[in-house]
Amino acid sequence: MLDFRARSVCERRATQEPSHLDARPGALPFRMSRHDVIVIGAGHNGLTSAAFLAKAGLKVLVLEKNAWIGGATVSRELYPNWIYSNCSYVCSLLRPEIYRGLELARHGLQIVPYGGGVTFTRDGDVLGNYVDHEVRRREIARYSTRDADAYLRYSRDVMRQCRLVRSMLMRTPPDPTSLKLRDIKEMLHIGRDFAKLGEAAIYDTIRFHTMSIADYLGEYFESDVVKANFAGSGIIGTALGVQSPGTAYVLLHHYMGDVDGQMGAWGFARGGMGAVANALAGALAAHGGQIMMSAPVARIIVRGGRVTGVALENGDEHQAPLVLSGLDPKRTFLKLMDSRDLDPKLVKRARDFKIRGSSGKVNIALDGRPSFPALGPGNPLLAGDMHFLDSLDRYERAYDDWKRGTWSKDPYLDLLLPSITDPTMAPPGKHFMSVFVQYVPPQVEGRDWTDADREGFRKTVFAQISRYSPDFEKLVLHTEVHTPKELEELGGLTEGNIFQGELTFDQLLFNRPFPGFAQYRGPVRGMYLCGSATHPGGGVMAAPGANAAREVLMDLRRANTVPEGWSDD
Amino acid sequence: MTDASRTVVIGAGHNGLVCAAYLARAGRDVLVLEASHQVGGSAITRELVRGFRVPAVAHLLYLLDPALQQELDLSSHGLVLAKSSLKTIALSEAGEPLVLDGNRVASGPVSAADRSAYTDFIDRMRRLASVLGRQHGRIPPRLGWQRWQDALPAGLIALDIRRLGREHMREFLRIIAMPIQDVLDESFDSPLLKGALALDATLGTKLGPRSGNSVLTYLHRLSGSAAGPDLPRGGMGAVTEALAAAARAAGAEIRLSAPVASLVLSGDRVTGVRLDTGEQIAATTVVSSADPKTTLDRLLGARHLEAEFARRVQHLRSIGTAAKLNLALAALPAFRGLDAAQVGERLLIAPDPGYVDEAFNPAKYRDWSRAPVLEITIPSVSDPELAPPGKHVLSAIVQYAPYDLAAGWDTQRDMFRETVLTVLERYAPGIRRQVVAAELLTPADIERQFRISGGHWHHGELTLDQFMMLRPVAGAAQYAMPVGGLYLCGAGCHPGGGVMGTAGRNAARAVLGGASR
Repeated sequence: MLDFRARSVCERRATQEPSHLDARPGALPFRMSRHDVIVIGAGHNGLTSAAFLAKAGLKVLVLEKNAWIGGATVSRELYPNWIYSNCSYVCSLLRPEIYRGLELARHGLQIVPYGGGVTFTRDGDVLGNYVDHEVRRREIARYSTRDADAYLRYSRDVMRQCRLVRSMLMRTPPDPTSLKLRDIKEMLHIGRDFAKLGEAAIYDTIRFHTMSIADYLGEYFESDVVKANFAGSGIIGTALGVQSPGTAYVLLHHYMGDVDGQMGAWGFARGGMGAVANALAGALAAHGGQIMMSAPVARIIVRGGRVTGVALENGDEHQAPLVLSGLDPKRTFLKLMDSRDLDPKLVKRARDFKIRGSSGKVNIALDGRPSFPALGPGNPLLAGDMHFLDSLDRYERAYDDWKRGTWSKDPYLDLLLPSITDPTMAPPGKHFMSVFVQYVPPQVEGRDWTDADREGFRKTVFAQISRYSPDFEKLVLHTEVHTPKELEELGGLTEGNIFQGELTFDQLLFNRPFPGFAQYRGPVRGMYLCGSATHPGGGVMAAPGANAAREVLMDLRRANTVPEGWSDD
Repeated sequence: MTDASRTVVIGAGHNGLVCAAYLARAGRDVLVLEASHQVGGSAITRELVRGFRVPAVAHLLYLLDPALQQELDLSSHGLVLAKSSLKTIALSEAGEPLVLDGNRVASGPVSAADRSAYTDFIDRMRRLASVLGRQHGRIPPRLGWQRWQDALPAGLIALDIRRLGREHMREFLRIIAMPIQDVLDESFDSPLLKGALALDATLGTKLGPRSGNSVLTYLHRLSGSAAGPDLPRGGMGAVTEALAAAARAAGAEIRLSAPVASLVLSGDRVTGVRLDTGEQIAATTVVSSADPKTTLDRLLGARHLEAEFARRVQHLRSIGTAAKLNLALAALPAFRGLDAAQVGERLLIAPDPGYVDEAFNPAKYRDWSRAPVLEITIPSVSDPELAPPGKHVLSAIVQYAPYDLAAGWDTQRDMFRETVLTVLERYAPGIRRQVVAAELLTPADIERQFRISGGHWHHGELTLDQFMMLRPVAGAAQYAMPVGGLYLCGAGCHPGGGVMGTAGRNAARAVLGGASR
């Protein structure tokens, strides 16, 4: 239970109030405190920003509404001795520059890579994603020998796209309408990366970014099972179907990470995803930053066109000349700010910002390891992501259900048993099952979720699992069901969107969150955005937080503590 | 075997004719070979039943290139408009229809806010579309910037976007890949208005209003300089007949009923064509207005192409989803809420964007819409010669009817026609009793009759991954194909389909400029 100890330490550290705040109870109606920087929200991006700013010597206070930190990067013990990764559940995108820059390993973060993964087919067969390239090729060849050859081309082409995007992650997007030297230089930088690809790869890149995942996969593969096996990454967390143009990029978003330098690999944070937040909080504390929990911010205070601090819901005020919001633009601009302080055009942009809940999460404590007859006991593929949609039509129909305002009746599940790889998650012999579900609407047929809806949703998910694992339901000890409504309440994710906003071209790079506001600076002086709603988006990458911190330090003319990104080639 | 310095143009559709006319004017010896017994390709007027003439497939002029109208002097070759700038009327089954006139809501059940938003919206979209419009007449550049000749035109495109001004440039870069529905939701409340615009954005494509790229197809529709859709007198055939007359006047020869079976090669150069009859015609240059798949896969043969290029051609997306309904009517049909004069405008059945989306959904699974969307014209209202006195013809584009129907069209065509007529009857009660003759052309029929692979209007989806530099396929957007002497000039090339003629005009310039790969 190492990680829990780590968290309780930083919880204690974080709740210690600075000495000058020790006003006698009753002496003042509200308390006031002064800091250099206030960060709203102790999600992984808020903590990352805070840690880099504290490292630069600023006095940083992070305000968190929950009684725990992490936002959606959280682990909680809801059933004795089981640790759930309640929302986010796997790790790959977390930038290695940040991991090293904040010495997260020293603060207890260990990413354990996992292998395997499988797509079950309705006729009782499987397509296994073996780690060994040759074995995997042979496995694909069982479905189509042409696809086995195409797999080589596919991996090569997708990895090329990954390298291109990876070089942009730790950079601030240029404003293409600006004639400032910095923006022009940045545009040229992107142009140079592009030109280096060569003519054919440039065309491929444009096509990749505009195509649907179904069409893209169709250019390589002929077997529906093979296509279905790869399609999932194109729709995770996204209110788009496999046939919607733009989903090929979403796939990339899930491929561009790495674990220990292995590009495209995924891993578990040992002890659950909360370990990421704990390590970031540890780094923050080591640099003297503070976290205040159960401190929901009611509004951002603006005076004379600049930020002066924040007011909490309990009336306390905290003053700082700089405020970073880790929340999405809807929450930040529409809830925490007074519309009179904002340009009406910005308010409209915030309203129009597309945050569409499309995912659910079910966490299950199991009394033993469930069997999957198609695989047989002890099969190493069980250690990876298990998927149950074996055709693109099934994916697309799952999306149609969402469009009509209901959860998918034949849902896409990304099912994992993290306790196979990470024994800290459940007692010996027992297991934790993490089930990500796509598609789940933020409202059911236009009304709020009811308990009956949530129960119906749980049954749908259980039925899908039981079709491939008949003994699964008998092993269930405890279930935590997250519809978008609970994801919103728990992680502060509007509509339960896991990326704080759709990852479509109109909301990517210099368009994220809106055109003209992609450089982390808010509409009033001293205010910044640092959440996943900013470039380069969500997925527990922490790059938005790091990039925002760099911009703040630049504005303060302080030495930069944020490491530069590196390019692969 | 005839004159060896000859240029053969395959297909006498509008692009083939335009290209032939320009090449002949430049002094080339041009022979146009047309499979059918009449010129025009899918832009023809033909007799449905004795005395009733209908535009077979294409039925409205949106984007006919004004430059070529002038240069080829089409009005002196007989092109006259029966009606210009048609209003668009979005029909409502129960209530009042919505009448759109240019950038203005003329009447209809929409709020004052939506009215002013509509004018702003159209003006803004036209402004953004002008960036696309400016690219139409240019030969797309190659990317890669190895040669300055290519870097310059690419820079010009960037400059065109920049010239929009900061606000519009941001908007352009934001919405270009978006689904139309998101943009409509940002702008309007009225479902009827949103439905009409959703149809405009998706007609002729395999996209729904929630598909990315539907803003692009909408902007493409607005990219012409003309104000609104026009009806040529004598139906769409009048356009291609005028083009044929212009080509002939310039010295081109047009041979009808001469279907090309294959291209003849010598080494890696095209040296002529072989007809279905076995006759060979020598040519130094062959320009094909047939779609890219037909030209490269069928007429040339993939074995003459480099594997990667052949693969790109094979993956070109060209699944047609638009069917065509042509009716001969005993009388003018009465549409709910419309007076007799309004029936001659452009009528839409797309009552809300959700309806359009539900119509689209079956196409994803290779099935046809149970509640289809329609774009209807009754050209005989403004062009009485198309039908006997007092009688009328109705021409409607119906979506979605995917080419690759899972059950096959042979067993489904009649059911689909019944469905379409039932929908029509709901908006125009009594119309079924007025039907003298009916014809429903599915994309499969269009492929068969007009030799367009997939029966697709644009010879290939008009989406960002098949747009400009990527049209028809990446690396071959300059009209010259990788085989010496072979060019494409059809809608499968930049700037795409609709009866524009610009692809033919650009291709002629590429041929004359000797542009080659």
